[in-house]
Amino acid sequence: MTVTHEASRATRAGGPARRPQNKRPSRRAAETRAGYAFLAPWLLGFIALTAGPMIASLYLAFTDYHPIRGGEWIGTENFTRLFDDPRFLDSVQVTLTYAIVGTPIKLAAALGVAMLLNNRKRGKGTYRSLFYAPSLIGASVSIAIVWKAMFNDQGIIDDIGDYFGTWNGGWVGDPGRTMPMMILLAVWQFGAPMVIFLAGLKQIPNELYEAAQVDGAGPMRRFTRITLPMLSPVLFFNLVLETINSFQVFASAFIISGGRGGPANSTLFYTLYLYQRGFGQGGQLGYAAAMAWLLVIAVGIITLIFFRTSRYWVHYSGEGR
Amino acid sequence: MSATILTDGQAAPAADPGAELRRRAKRRRAGKTLLLHIGILALAAVMLYPGVWMLLSSFRPTNEIVGQTGLIPDNTTLDNFRTAFEGIGGVSFWTFFTNSMILAVGSAVGVCLSCSVSAYAFARIDFPGRNLFFSLMIGTLLLPFHVVIIPQFIMFNEIGWTDSYMPLLIGKFLAAEAFFVFLMVQFMRNLPRELDESARIDGAGHLRIFTAIMLPLMRPVLATASIFAFIWSWNDFLAPLIYLRTPDKYPLPLMLRQYTDQTSVSDYGGQMAAAVLALAPVLIFFILFQRYIVEGVATQGLKG
Repeated sequence: MTVTHEASRATRAGGPARRPQNKRPSRRAAETRAGYAFLAPWLLGFIALTAGPMIASLYLAFTDYHPIRGGEWIGTENFTRLFDDPRFLDSVQVTLTYAIVGTPIKLAAALGVAMLLNNRKRGKGTYRSLFYAPSLIGASVSIAIVWKAMFNDQGIIDDIGDYFGTWNGGWVGDPGRTMPMMILLAVWQFGAPMVIFLAGLKQIPNELYEAAQVDGAGPMRRFTRITLPMLSPVLFFNLVLETINSFQVFASAFIISGGRGGPANSTLFYTLYLYQRGFGQGGQLGYAAAMAWLLVIAVGIITLIFFRTSRYWVHYSGEGR
Repeated sequence: MSATILTDGQAAPAADPGAELRRRAKRRRAGKTLLLHIGILALAAVMLYPGVWMLLSSFRPTNEIVGQTGLIPDNTTLDNFRTAFEGIGGVSFWTFFTNSMILAVGSAVGVCLSCSVSAYAFARIDFPGRNLFFSLMIGTLLLPFHVVIIPQFIMFNEIGWTDSYMPLLIGKFLAAEAFFVFLMVQFMRNLPRELDESARIDGAGHLRIFTAIMLPLMRPVLATASIFAFIWSWNDFLAPLIYLRTPDKYPLPLMLRQYTDQTSVSDYGGQMAAAVLALAPVLIFFILFQRYIVEGVATQGLKG
């Protein structure tokens, strides 16, 4: 082996003394070239479709840009106008209510059902798929149409309400009931976080529960002292993801309200209002860009709060706490 | 585990009462299981209700959909499907269907090509700047899509791409959906490094390692990614709504929107039939690939 290796080296033109020094940098350069070549699609997309547009929209937020007229610098006027805009404030309120009320209910449902399904031997996979299915189609226009029909005046839900003599007149047209209707649509899609919870539950070693049972811990104690702490990283992940998702409802609100966000702005979700301003009749892209940036800042702050507070309640095993 | 077995073993030979107790406990557990089963079944029924109601309504004359609580229709009809297939505004249903199919298949192909290549760079090549780009990529995971739609719209408008599929597909071919890149990076990191190292020793370059070794092994994650890319594109509403103007270029969600706008309450039956037809491919996909889909969601959660 060594002999042939030496021989082949000696026959090369470069000379044996220079090669070892030269080999490393040239190989590193080749690696770098290969790295950027493979990364090229993402890099191009990142610059042209994400970073570039983000910077552009930051600039646009300070202009009164219109697709045909173009735009001129107006300073912070978009932002000051936003906070005087009752429809904008309504959209913030609608979106926050939806996120703050809807997300915990959805996650509680997801965790509850995950715990019911966990440790089941038979039918677990089937139920898991069945409960997951709504998450896959829940944001579609089709389901929005169904929801609207179900909750409409004389729709099926209204009939049930009529039967008990509690509600009638339809949910779609009643500003007080559109939010519960939208939250029900969100909770119906508890399957995605449930699947993630199930995967997390499977990771909790059974010995922990057995040891706790031997020590006389009841189901409630086992839940608060074992399940919740062990599951907290997954809970954290779901909480961040679902909160951010809840800020981005669009199709269902658009279809149910016919694109208007009514009645009385009760389904005027943030993204729907952003759409109306940017792409509706007005075409005020500068104003919409200001709204988009406020959304990014809000999502950033909320994520930061989640991450900052996480060390007080998220337990990572192996960290020795 | 061992503790319970031990006490069991000691109690069993002692006396009959122990066995009787255990039998009772077993029966109680069986009762509890049955109760749980009924509870889960009831929940499943509630979860399925909207879908079943939609399906049955689509076979019902419109005047019987409104004000009907029962699931079983008195009269069934195929008229709803007939009107739905006629389409809207002189454009047939199949045109919209084909448009949706082009967009969804295009998205799946684009995502598989661009994200796998980029993920290989992140997972397997060591080059300066990789860590920085990786954190930037992770950062875009949580970025709301809405912040870029306005400048993207202006940009594509300037290039003259509005009312074409270019703005809807370009991002898929440029790995703009960080979720898929991340998914593939995670998958590749779990593949044994010895595979590509031995290939390197044999003189294979990155291109060869990627095409001959990585891609075949990545089949499961490519399946997950293409299924999700397909379904997300199939359901996408906002982007087509912004970019497409001519009805014969519309995908199904825009057709449905137009349908509900124009017929309103007068033709619930047609709306339901169109909604069923639009969802059918997604549901068929789900039934066929549910394992990939659900496992994809599960691993995504644990590795995030």
